[in-house]
Amino acid sequence: MTPILDAQGLCKKFGAVTAAWGISIAVEPDTVVGLIGTNGAGKTTFVNMVTGYLKPDTGIISFKGRDVTALHPRQITQLGICRSFQIPQLYDSLTVLENVIVALGIVLRNSKPRRLARTPKIVPGHGTTLMAAAETMLARFGLAQYRNSPAGVLPEGVRKLLDIAVALAVKPEMLILDEPTSGVSSDEKFGIMDTVMNAVRSEGVTVLFVEHDMEIVSRYSKRVIAFYEGRVLADGAPAHVLGDPDVRKYIVGGQVAVRAEDIARA
Amino acid sequence: MKRADHTLLVLVVALLALLVIGLLLPKWLFLLTLSLGKGLVVLGLMLLLRTGLVSFGQGLFYCLGAYAVGSLGQFFGIKDVLLMLLTGVVIGSVIAFLLGFLMAKYRDIFFAMLSLAFSMILYGLLVRTAALGSTDGFNVAPPTLFRRPIGGEQHQFALFALACVLAFVAALVMHAYFETPLGRLSPAIRDNEIRVEYMGASVRQAIHVKYVIAGALAGLGGALTAMTVGHIDPDLAYWTTSGEFIFVAILSGTGSVIAPFLGAFVFEIIRTYAYQYSPNTWQLVVGSALLIVIVFLPAGLWSVFGHLRRRGSS
Repeated sequence: MTPILDAQGLCKKFGAVTAAWGISIAVEPDTVVGLIGTNGAGKTTFVNMVTGYLKPDTGIISFKGRDVTALHPRQITQLGICRSFQIPQLYDSLTVLENVIVALGIVLRNSKPRRLARTPKIVPGHGTTLMAAAETMLARFGLAQYRNSPAGVLPEGVRKLLDIAVALAVKPEMLILDEPTSGVSSDEKFGIMDTVMNAVRSEGVTVLFVEHDMEIVSRYSKRVIAFYEGRVLADGAPAHVLGDPDVRKYIVGGQVAVRAEDIARA
Repeated sequence: MKRADHTLLVLVVALLALLVIGLLLPKWLFLLTLSLGKGLVVLGLMLLLRTGLVSFGQGLFYCLGAYAVGSLGQFFGIKDVLLMLLTGVVIGSVIAFLLGFLMAKYRDIFFAMLSLAFSMILYGLLVRTAALGSTDGFNVAPPTLFRRPIGGEQHQFALFALACVLAFVAALVMHAYFETPLGRLSPAIRDNEIRVEYMGASVRQAIHVKYVIAGALAGLGGALTAMTVGHIDPDLAYWTTSGEFIFVAILSGTGSVIAPFLGAFVFEIIRTYAYQYSPNTWQLVVGSALLIVIVFLPAGLWSVFGHLRRRGSS
């Protein structure tokens, strides 16, 4: 199968720090890929390069066979890659429902011929289709009970879900989640991932997610890519990658060691 | 539950009420027409405020609209009211479109100061242009509608009625615009520009469009004011004029498309009476009025209706 996303030889330096050192990753459509690695390993840099926030110093990124390396985040989003953020990026003064409606409205506007989309509609109740689509989205994410709450006052777990819901509302072909369960209590994290994966499955979206929690990674990804110091350390099936001696030594093992330290300190 | 939208109903009632008031109280016509003109400018400013942008230079388009009307009569002998108003709108939107390429790159204080700078450039130019009357400006002849006079002392009601209809249409279109996908981008841009871009919409383009709409409304308001007052001078572009629009916007609140007109009227009343009863300290009275509104009604005069409705329903 031809890859939907093909990144070749991505390098990125920030001054003396090399964040990406020749990263090459090809992603098949309709799969779920977990990106793991310690802080500073290059996962977020990779995500930022794919979504156009950062431009690689060298290397090429193509999406659906099209070179997107030099494109602006907006153009990349329009082509079909959408992302959520480690710190949810929401419209805090708008309600949960309005957050989703803004996203759906943008999609509507981008998909229609420009002339039509700009015509103001004065017919009462024209927004009903948008409203219905937004309600469906909220129901799917279990956010219906918060529909009229401003996004700014929601608990962190709900904000994370909403952040992913609006990303999915933009109707991407590839969804990139940056640490979807960070800052969320451990009883909530599986709930979030189950909700997201169910929603994604019904849309047929390819998912890339950055994650530190190995339980989440092994449960939800079909493929795992391990980053270490700006390089790809291992790439393959979850069992294979998580069992890799180098991965255990530098990434997974590190996590366990840190936890043991925490316990000892407490 | 979402509250039912009564804006159309309220607008129709307000339009009819205004027309009746105009018929019954001819002495108020001048103040009412002036308020409608300024309300149009504030309506545009409200759109920018909702987008998180404070323009401290709407006086630029206001003045351009007024001078366009004045020049049409003075130099071309054109007095048709519709043509004059259209010219005000066109010049406001064209200049806003051109400046918008630069303005859309700036935010916050930089946006405010740049808009202020442009309006002061126009002020400076007008003050030094003898052909346009320098600091004195010049008089605007009363306009005509289908060759019949409108405005002026005798036909004030006709111009007022036209202003009412314009304000009604502008408020209604703006209200509908807020519900369109592009209109909904306003609060989204104010809250989080990055997310807007990551949803696939261009923030710069959206701001440019909103700036043009605000410019067109300010041009229209300026045109209407020139006809109402019958005189124009460079002060229309002076920073205090632009400041007055912000003042009225804060007084009104951004809650409803009707608020700017109400706010403009309240402002004109406060100022007129303050000037009448304390000519030396009228600014003090106006300032105190704003202070009271900010302290007791932080969401503007319009929020009074929200409080009343909540009290009524509970």
